[in-house]
Amino acid sequence: MTVAANGAIPLEIHDLTVAYHKKPVLWGVDLEVPAGQLIGIIGPNGAGKSTLIKACMGLLPIQSGWVKVFGQSLKDAPTRVGYVPQRESVDWDFPVNVMDVVLMGRYGRLGLMRRPGKADREIARECLDRVKLLPYANRQISNLSGGQQQRVFLARALAQQADLYFMDEPFAGVDAATETAIVTVMEELRDQGKTLLVVHHDLPTARSYFDSLLLLNMNVVAFGPTESVFTAEILQKTYGGRLTILSEVASTLAAEEGGNPLRR
Amino acid sequence: MSPGNWNRGTRIVALLGIAAVLTSVASAASVSEMVDSNWREQLARFFSMRDASLRFALTGSILLGLSCGLLGSFIVVRRMALVGDALSHAVLPGVAFGFLWGMTKDPVAIFIGAVIAGLMGTTVVSLLTKTTRIKADTALGLVLASFFAVGLCLLTMIQNLPTGNKSGLDKFLFGQAAALGADDIRLMAIVTVCAVSLITLFYKELLATSFDAGFAQVAGIPAEWIHHGLMLVLAAAIVIALQAVGVVLVSAMLITPAAAAYLLTDRMHRMLFLAGGFGVLAGVAGAFFSFVGRGLPTGPLMVIGASTVFTGAYLMGPRHGVVARWWRQRSRAARTERENTLKALYHVWENDGFRDVGVTLADLAQRRRETLDDALGRSRELERHGMASVSRDAVYFTPQGRRRAAEIVRNHRLWELYLTNSANIAPDHVHEDAEKIEHVLGEKTVRELERRLDYATEDPHGKPIPGPRDIHGGLATGANPREGEA
Repeated sequence: MTVAANGAIPLEIHDLTVAYHKKPVLWGVDLEVPAGQLIGIIGPNGAGKSTLIKACMGLLPIQSGWVKVFGQSLKDAPTRVGYVPQRESVDWDFPVNVMDVVLMGRYGRLGLMRRPGKADREIARECLDRVKLLPYANRQISNLSGGQQQRVFLARALAQQADLYFMDEPFAGVDAATETAIVTVMEELRDQGKTLLVVHHDLPTARSYFDSLLLLNMNVVAFGPTESVFTAEILQKTYGGRLTILSEVASTLAAEEGGNPLRR
Repeated sequence: MSPGNWNRGTRIVALLGIAAVLTSVASAASVSEMVDSNWREQLARFFSMRDASLRFALTGSILLGLSCGLLGSFIVVRRMALVGDALSHAVLPGVAFGFLWGMTKDPVAIFIGAVIAGLMGTTVVSLLTKTTRIKADTALGLVLASFFAVGLCLLTMIQNLPTGNKSGLDKFLFGQAAALGADDIRLMAIVTVCAVSLITLFYKELLATSFDAGFAQVAGIPAEWIHHGLMLVLAAAIVIALQAVGVVLVSAMLITPAAAAYLLTDRMHRMLFLAGGFGVLAGVAGAFFSFVGRGLPTGPLMVIGASTVFTGAYLMGPRHGVVARWWRQRSRAARTERENTLKALYHVWENDGFRDVGVTLADLAQRRRETLDDALGRSRELERHGMASVSRDAVYFTPQGRRRAAEIVRNHRLWELYLTNSANIAPDHVHEDAEKIEHVLGEKTVRELERRLDYATEDPHGKPIPGPRDIHGGLATGANPREGEA
C-alpha cells in the first residue's frame, strides 16, 4: 500500500499564516511534500518549526491559507496522519502503563465507543518490539528513562499505521541508543513509502539523517534535497545574523573535510 | 528482601490501617455521645432503617459519592481540581434563581438553574483566558468569588422573604443529607447513571484526551466534545451533591477520594474503581455521623471521612505509602547489618586459616570494635534468620550463612578490584564504595565483573576473592564440621 499508488500529494500547504496574539509566527508558507521521503525541518529558535506541524494537524488556529493531506482536509483523513509530540507535552505520572499508551495509537481507527481488541493488542506489541520496548509493556510510564519515553511515543505513532508522520523533536534529550533506534525506525518507514516530517534541532546530524531539508524562518527559506540546500548561504539566510549559530555552521562545514562533524 | 518478608510487612500495614479506621470511628462516636446522650437510640434507628428520611439520606450519599469519585478521577488526572472548585461556587446564584422561579424548592428548577449558572461560570473563565492576558488560575479565582458573592446575596434576600426562612436553602451552604426528598433522590439517580454511562461508553476517549489532548485530536477523537460532555456531567454531579455536601465543600468530594485512589494505583481503571468506592465510603460515613450526631452538617463530616481515607492511603499505601517506604528502608538496613556481621565472622574465620571451629564472641566483638553483649545480640539476630548458630561463647555458620558471607566478601573484593583496575581509582579509596555496593550487587553483575576481571583470585589488597567453589562447595580447607548442628 504505497502512497504513490493513490497519486495524491501527502502534504500540500498553500499561503499558510499562523499568528499568536496577532503576531505572525508563520507567514505565507507554500509547500508541496513528495511521498516517501524523510524530511527534516530546521531553523532557529522561534522560527515556527513546531507551529508549522501543529498548524498542519489542526492543533492551532490558522489565520489564512489551507492545508491538504493526501488531497483532503485533515478532518476527512485522520487515520492517515501519525504524530509524535514533544516528550514534555504530557504528564508522565499519568496512571497508565506502556501498553496503554501504545494502544492509544489504535484509538483513531476504532471509532467512538469501541474498545481495542485482540488484533489491536497484537499490533501494539509488534510496534513495541520494533522500538525494543516489549519487555517494558507492563511498566508504569514514570518508571522509564527519557529515551524510553520517547520510544513509547514512537511506538504509539507506529501503531497508528499512518502514511504521513509529524514528529516534534524526537531526538531532544535522548541517549545514543535511542537516537539510533529512532533513526532506524524512521528509515524503515520511509522505505515503506511513508512520508515523515521531523522537527530537528541539531545541524550536523540533520545532514546525515534526512533526504530533504525544509529550512524555516517564519517563511520557507529553502526546501529540497539535503545536499543541495545544506549550503553556507542558505543556512546563513535561515539563521540570519545569529552569530553563534553562524560560527557553528561554519565549523560544521569546515569539519566536513575532516569527516568529523561537530555536535552542538 | 524475600517475598515472604514483604507479605508479612503488607499484612502488618493492612492491620494497622484497619486499626486506625476503627479507632477513628470509635472516637468520632464518642464525640456525638457528648453532643447527644441518645446516640444509642439513634444508632439503633440508623441500622434498622425505619426512617424514610434516613433511607433517602443514605441512598443520596451513596449516589453522590459514586458520581463524585468517578468524575473526580478524571478531574485529578486532567489537573482540573480548581475548575471543580470554581464550578461548585459558581452554581450558587443558579440555586437562588431556581427557587425564585416558582418560589418553591422545586429540585428540577433548582437543578436547571444551577447547571446553567455553573456552565456560565466556566464560559466566563474560558472567555477571560482567551481574550485577555489573565491566566486560568486567576480567572478561576475571579469567577469563583464573584459568582459566590452574588449567590450569597440572593440567598440572604430569599431568607428575608416572608416564606423564605422555610425554604431550606440554607442547607445548600454546608449540606444536610437529611433534607433530601424523593424527588432529589430521583434526580441524583439520573445524574449518577449519566456519569457512569459517560465513563463506561467513552472511557477510551476520556483516557486519550486526558493523557495527551493534542495526539487524541490528531487521531480524530473529538477532544472538544469530550471535554464539554465531561464538564456538563461534572456540573450536574456538583449540583446534585450540593444539598447534601454544601457549596463550600463539594469540590472536596470530587478531589479527595480520587487523590487517595491516585496514590494507591498506577492504572486509570483501578483508580476509577477505588475512587468510586472511597466516595461511597465517605458519603455513607458522613450521613451516618450526621444522623447519629443529630443535625451535625453532613458535608463537613463527609469531607472528614474522605480526608481520613486519603490520610490512610498516604500513610498505608502498599507501594508509595509512608509506612511501607519506612518499612522497606528498615528491613533493608537490618539486612545490611546482618550481612556486615556475617562478613565480620568470615574475616575472623579467614584470619584463623578457616579452622574447623566456630568464631568466639570475643573475636567477633574485637573485630567489630564493640562489647560482648552487642556481639551476642548480632549473633542471635543471625540465628533468628538461620544464618548461624550460637552456643555458649562461640558462633558457627550454617551452610546458608557461610554461603552468604562468602558472597558478600566476594562482592566487596571484586568491586574493589574493578574500581582499581578499570576505573583507575587508588586502592586506598575503594573500600567505602565497596561497603555499599557489596549488599546490592546481583549475580548477573557479579558474572560480568568476574569475566571482565579475567576471573582474578586476589583483590587489590592481596586478599583472596572467594570463587564459586568456596561459595557453593566447602571452602579451601574443607567443610565446617560444626555446620551440621545448625
